[in-house]
Amino acid sequence: MKPPLLDILTPSSLAEALSLLSEHGDEARPLAGGQSLVPLLNFRMSRPAILIDLNQIADLAYIKDAGDYIAIGAMTRERSIEDSDLVRKEAPLLQEATTQIAHLPIRNRGTIGGSLANADPAAEYPAVVLALECELVVQSVRGERRIKAAAFFEDVLTTALEPDELLTEIIVPKAPSGSSSAFVEIARRHGDFALAGIAAQITFANSAPTDVRLAVCGAGTTASRLTAAEEIIQRDGVGPEAIKAASEAAASAVDPMSDLHASADYRRRLTGVMIGQAVEKAAQRAGVIS
Amino acid sequence: MKAPRKVSLTVNGEALSGEASPRMLFADFLRDVLGKTGTHVGCEHGVCGACTVIVDDVAVRSCLMFAVQAEGADVKTVEGLADGEELHPLQKLFSEHRALQCGYCTPGMLMTAIDLVASNNALSEQDIKVGMSAALCRCTGYDGIVKAVTAYAEQVHGKPIKRESDNG
Ligand SMILES: Cc1cc2nc3c(=O)[nH]c(=O)nc-3n(C[C@H](O)[C@H](O)[C@H](O)COP(=O)(O)OP(=O)(O)OC[C@H]3O[C@@H](n4cnc5c(N)ncnc54)[C@H](O)[C@@H]3O)c2cc1C
Ligand code: FES
Ligand code: FES
Repeated sequence: MKPPLLDILTPSSLAEALSLLSEHGDEARPLAGGQSLVPLLNFRMSRPAILIDLNQIADLAYIKDAGDYIAIGAMTRERSIEDSDLVRKEAPLLQEATTQIAHLPIRNRGTIGGSLANADPAAEYPAVVLALECELVVQSVRGERRIKAAAFFEDVLTTALEPDELLTEIIVPKAPSGSSSAFVEIARRHGDFALAGIAAQITFANSAPTDVRLAVCGAGTTASRLTAAEEIIQRDGVGPEAIKAASEAAASAVDPMSDLHASADYRRRLTGVMIGQAVEKAAQRAGVIS
Repeated sequence: MKAPRKVSLTVNGEALSGEASPRMLFADFLRDVLGKTGTHVGCEHGVCGACTVIVDDVAVRSCLMFAVQAEGADVKTVEGLADGEELHPLQKLFSEHRALQCGYCTPGMLMTAIDLVASNNALSEQDIKVGMSAALCRCTGYDGIVKAVTAYAEQVHGKPIKRESDNG
């Protein structure tokens, strides 16, 4: 189908975009890469009167080294993140997850800000920003606030963003030395949304895990941290027994939905299996197990 | 203001312009306003890849872009591949490897493959399979498509790619 009747406004600066958004309120939606929003418009599942196109705001697309962290502009394309040497070096989890999003032509347009603001329960980026404990910078004409990733995702396709706010920057702490990561997921075909996926970020000291972060996507209304599984790995290490116990803890912690792609039971099982694979892969990459 | 606007852009090296109302998808603009019907439309939600064209050097779904967003863009469509009667090397390989039957998916397959091969000079056959799964073909079973794109990647990057069938 075709999009509903609408108008497109094309601000060339962030300030202009924020004032348009505040002026038009609920009538308007920001348009980033359009890779989630335009399908919804074509299906008439979303009917905003006005789209505020962010694609001409050049200073919202960047990847910057800011010392302890990387700052990524909301309009940075998924392809640029995938290709960034800085991201590969300092936040390898983010790079690995990006390669598992959709396909190249989608990643050429899709943005990190659009994916996070969209908050699809099966999307990779929400799990990554939870595991990396990122902060999300949000702006409106009323000012700026920083939201911790843990407080950003509220429900299916629902975030802490107010209607007049734009996500402008993602603050990605650099992975500490001695840390290792893995992003693993199962999808029916490469490029489909994950049935379940795990982002694992683990710091090791003398082969023992000292900081374990495990986040899941696809197995609930939002991505979430799996704290019970994290505690088991942190306490008992990355041997087969501990991994098995963590997998079981993860499977019983999630509350997935059944849909036409997979049943809730299957997603729960997958969550456990993916925990095992992600922890093993991260530990292998750290050289802690072979 | 929902009135049509003038959109000026370059398509296959030619400066063109046309009128588009804000809601018009770029795929429809190419086909219905500019008459470039080589670009096909399948699903209109980004899944099938039939509408894939190259905008400012990268492959994008033209069904997920608005025409007004293409103002000033440099666009390549399937019509721009051949040089007169002389087919583009990738088109020749599609023909040689029988990479099409009905041809509906082919324009999108070609544009997808060109960006995929340009994006990476060390593609494996598996990368090509994954990359070409970005577009759906209901006829060929992909065997010919993967062979054609693998041969094309070898031509472009000047080094052989190991095939799974090489394992014996
Ligand atoms: C075939 C296909 C397969 C896909 N597979 C995957 C997949 O496997 N994994 C995955 O994660 N994604 C997948 N996607 C979605 C893709 O990653 C999207 O690009 C992404 O989810 C949304 O990013 P966008 O920039 O296109 O945002 P848009 O579609 O432009 O916007 C999405 C939503 O966010 C809002 N928004 C956008 N930017 C901002 C901002 N800066 N501030 C506030 N609100 C904003 C918009 O108003 C809209 O509601 C797929 C898409 C397609 C078409
Ligand atoms: S018509 Fe655009 S992807 Fe199917
Ligand atoms: S050749 Fe018919 S769909 Fe691909």
